[in-house]
Amino acid sequence: MVVAEVAGRGAPTTDPSPVDHLRRSRRWTAGLVAALLVSVVAGTALGAVHVPFASVVEVVSHHLFLVPEQRDWSASRDSIVWEVRLPRVLLAALVGAGLAVCGIALQAMVRNLLADPYLIGVNSGASTGAAAAILFGVTLGLGEHALPVSAFLGALVASALVFAVARSAGRVTSTRLLLAGVAVGYALQALTSFLIFASDSAEGARSVMFWLLGSLALAEWGQPLAVAAVVVTATVALLTVVGRRLDALSIGDETALTLGVHPERFRSLLLVAVALCVAVVVSAAGSIGFVGLVVPHLARRAVGAAHTRAVPVAALMGAVLLIWADVLARVVLAPAGGADRHRHRRPRRPVPARPRPPPAGDHLTS
Amino acid sequence: MIAAEGLRFSYAGRPAVDGVTLEARPGRVLGLLGPNGSGKTTLLRMLYGALRPAAGRVTVAGRPLSGMSTREVAQQVAVVVQESGSETMLSVRDATMLGRLPRLATFQRPGAADERAVDEALARVGARHLADRPFSHLSGGERQRVLVARALAQEAGFLLLDEPTNHLDIRYQHEVLQLVRDVATSAVVVLHDLNLAARYCDDLVLLDRGRVARAGSPDEVLEPELLERVYGIGVTRTHLDGHLQLLFHPLAHHAPHPHQDRRLPA
Repeated sequence: MVVAEVAGRGAPTTDPSPVDHLRRSRRWTAGLVAALLVSVVAGTALGAVHVPFASVVEVVSHHLFLVPEQRDWSASRDSIVWEVRLPRVLLAALVGAGLAVCGIALQAMVRNLLADPYLIGVNSGASTGAAAAILFGVTLGLGEHALPVSAFLGALVASALVFAVARSAGRVTSTRLLLAGVAVGYALQALTSFLIFASDSAEGARSVMFWLLGSLALAEWGQPLAVAAVVVTATVALLTVVGRRLDALSIGDETALTLGVHPERFRSLLLVAVALCVAVVVSAAGSIGFVGLVVPHLARRAVGAAHTRAVPVAALMGAVLLIWADVLARVVLAPAGGADRHRHRRPRRPVPARPRPPPAGDHLTS
Repeated sequence: MIAAEGLRFSYAGRPAVDGVTLEARPGRVLGLLGPNGSGKTTLLRMLYGALRPAAGRVTVAGRPLSGMSTREVAQQVAVVVQESGSETMLSVRDATMLGRLPRLATFQRPGAADERAVDEALARVGARHLADRPFSHLSGGERQRVLVARALAQEAGFLLLDEPTNHLDIRYQHEVLQLVRDVATSAVVVLHDLNLAARYCDDLVLLDRGRVARAGSPDEVLEPELLERVYGIGVTRTHLDGHLQLLFHPLAHHAPHPHQDRRLPA
């Protein structure tokens, strides 16, 4: 019989070994975890002011575990490492990981290799929200967090809009999601441009650029970083757990259905998770591109397309990549003054109704 | 047994399946035949729950399909659909492992038993040596075999196939259907090629404009006069090495396609 013949002919060449795949992805994961740890330390050490690696470890260990108990380094080094750079490096890692896994999920959801996290209009929504807050002083009484929060709300409204448009015919298919995302994205971009154009504030317009370009300069210890940590970690875990269902969906809706995965319900669930994650990331760091589009491809190339393996690897790769991109930016564009002065460029907050004392933390830029 | 009773379905008011009753009996291969647009795929999609019939009901092993979840259906019925996922970058092994999905709990990882089921399924279709290749790099025939392997890994009682011989060369057409005969406990297969149906199916249902034109053994269904009426093409029936064989020729008087006159406004 033909079938038997073929089997006999092929068998000796490569014996399929599931162990190989597993070993390969374990090796990648272990390597990337190590790379991430090194990157966090290096990212904290490198910059306009160089801090020795050992000193970084010391400072961090002092703050986390009180080991060593006494600090024998200067207050400025302490604040550069602990207050300025470490939160920034951690935010870079979280943003990179979040964007990478959302990119990989969206590429499977719409079965398009050009899809990236901003496909669902989240970044346009965030910049519209931020623009409205900056230009019209809509603070919602949120004080210091007004900007990130309005960006987050804008992002959520945008993805809800995309979802509503994609669903308007009753079913959320991949094509409809793709078209709705692009259409809503363009509409909101136009709205942002109009807001900038209509306002008189040149400085406000410049601040909107923060959300259009993306930046990690807002990083500091506090609620936004904690929220990002929780949401990104949860999203990575969720997408890994539903990895096989993502595999099924990436083949096709009908295939997913015959494998027991309701394609539209599953896509809607993913959309909510991804929108939430991207909204958190964008409100903390603006629309940083590239990571969400390219890292999924790198991860699949490394460990194969199966999402249970590719999602964690993509998260680690995205984290490492963004840490180094930020280090590069900080070193190449180092301010002449020598200190970490990037906080001067932090976007203007919405004009408060009453004068407020300068927020804590700004003394660091001296 | 998969049984359908009085199934009806329409697309935007135009009936596609109009009162079809059929039975896919255990241990047999049932062929669904009919011209383009006669409702074969629509009917098949109702049999695995992708479409909800407007009227009538489907039962799988005695249970009504409408009362089963997507997952429960997938545990009972394996389907090879026409969408092959030619762009997926999954390896053959990963693609076949998807067949285990309906049997894995949400947080469960595939274990040794699942790996074994995948190995066995690939071995049965003669595709074990392809396991580490990307699915998208396979030839059409190899892909179809892997899709059948995925269905086997599903360990479902019933196998449904929608035109599994599409885009395959003649040798692979025979090979895939022989494979279905060899491996399937019970199968329903949508086919275009009447000679393949004659050779590989135990029972046939011939559809014409959404209705059953005839159901029965290949000998009963593949009758020249009936086929001429349904397909609008001349048919000569002969026997070759003990197998029923049909030859086709255009009808002399250029009769309009039987479906065309129906679409004219009344």
